[in-house]
Amino acid sequence: MINLVLFFAILTGAIQSIRSKRLIHSAIWLAGVSAMLSIFFFKMGANQVAVIELSVGAGLVTVLFIFAIGVAGEEAITARPIIPRVLTLGLVTIFLVLLVWFIFPPSTTVSLTPEPSLSTVLWEERGLDVLAQIVLIFAGVLGLLGLLAEAKPPLDQPMAQEFIVKRQEGLAELVRESDQSAPGSHLPEEPERLGEHDSVKEVSYP
Amino acid sequence: MDLSSINIGILTIIGLLGIGFYGLLACRNLIKIVIALQILVKAALLGFVTAANISGKVNLGQSMAITVIVADTVVAVVGMALAIQVRRRMGTLDVKKLSNLRG
Repeated sequence: MINLVLFFAILTGAIQSIRSKRLIHSAIWLAGVSAMLSIFFFKMGANQVAVIELSVGAGLVTVLFIFAIGVAGEEAITARPIIPRVLTLGLVTIFLVLLVWFIFPPSTTVSLTPEPSLSTVLWEERGLDVLAQIVLIFAGVLGLLGLLAEAKPPLDQPMAQEFIVKRQEGLAELVRESDQSAPGSHLPEEPERLGEHDSVKEVSYP
Repeated sequence: MDLSSINIGILTIIGLLGIGFYGLLACRNLIKIVIALQILVKAALLGFVTAANISGKVNLGQSMAITVIVADTVVAVVGMALAIQVRRRMGTLDVKKLSNLRG
């Protein structure tokens, strides 16, 4: 009974998140889907995944969506979809019918060997997966920093501007100092020229 | 875990996959497309956990589901950053208008 209620709640939430006109409502419906799914995971015995899905899917991702919608803004797109709705529904229906045909009835071959704990499976058997997750997180952070960085031309950088301003101030100060010490003294002195009354002394050698 | 619960789990997976694919094909808003991707990944998550229940190896299914959650979160974050930059530079989130822009 509870499984049926969860089934209808999850599908309703997913449909509403696609159909909603406002993006904030879509994000909140998606958070509801994550919450219902985490209950489903608890019922299936996957307790750790349920906790992670609740905190990450319903918490972190929803906050990210709301932040991004706040920054990017709501945009009401009233135009028709690129692919006609009838064609989309037809394609999806064909896909789902094929999926049901291949999956049902599910084969239930239960493993008889005792299963190790989650920590043993995660760290020892799937250690490479954990390493890949760490690399993926780093790559995601670097990609995020690269995407959200704003490029400025070299002369607009704060340090270059500071240097240019200091250099101009220094030059202006030099000009002021030279003006204060002697007006016009910044001009080079003209060489002395011999006038009419000046005579050249004759030097006699013994 | 009885068979009817497994069947309901599989039906939920099929429903989520259908809704996610419909959203991917029909939505024009970039953020809505990311939301549709999230729905598809949730279907995959449920698939892992359901398969783990069917085979009896719950912990193996959980470890794979954790990997999928991490990858899904990174995809959502990068998708949101892309959407923000596209909106800042192009002024729209409509994928049809974006594909018509020339440089």
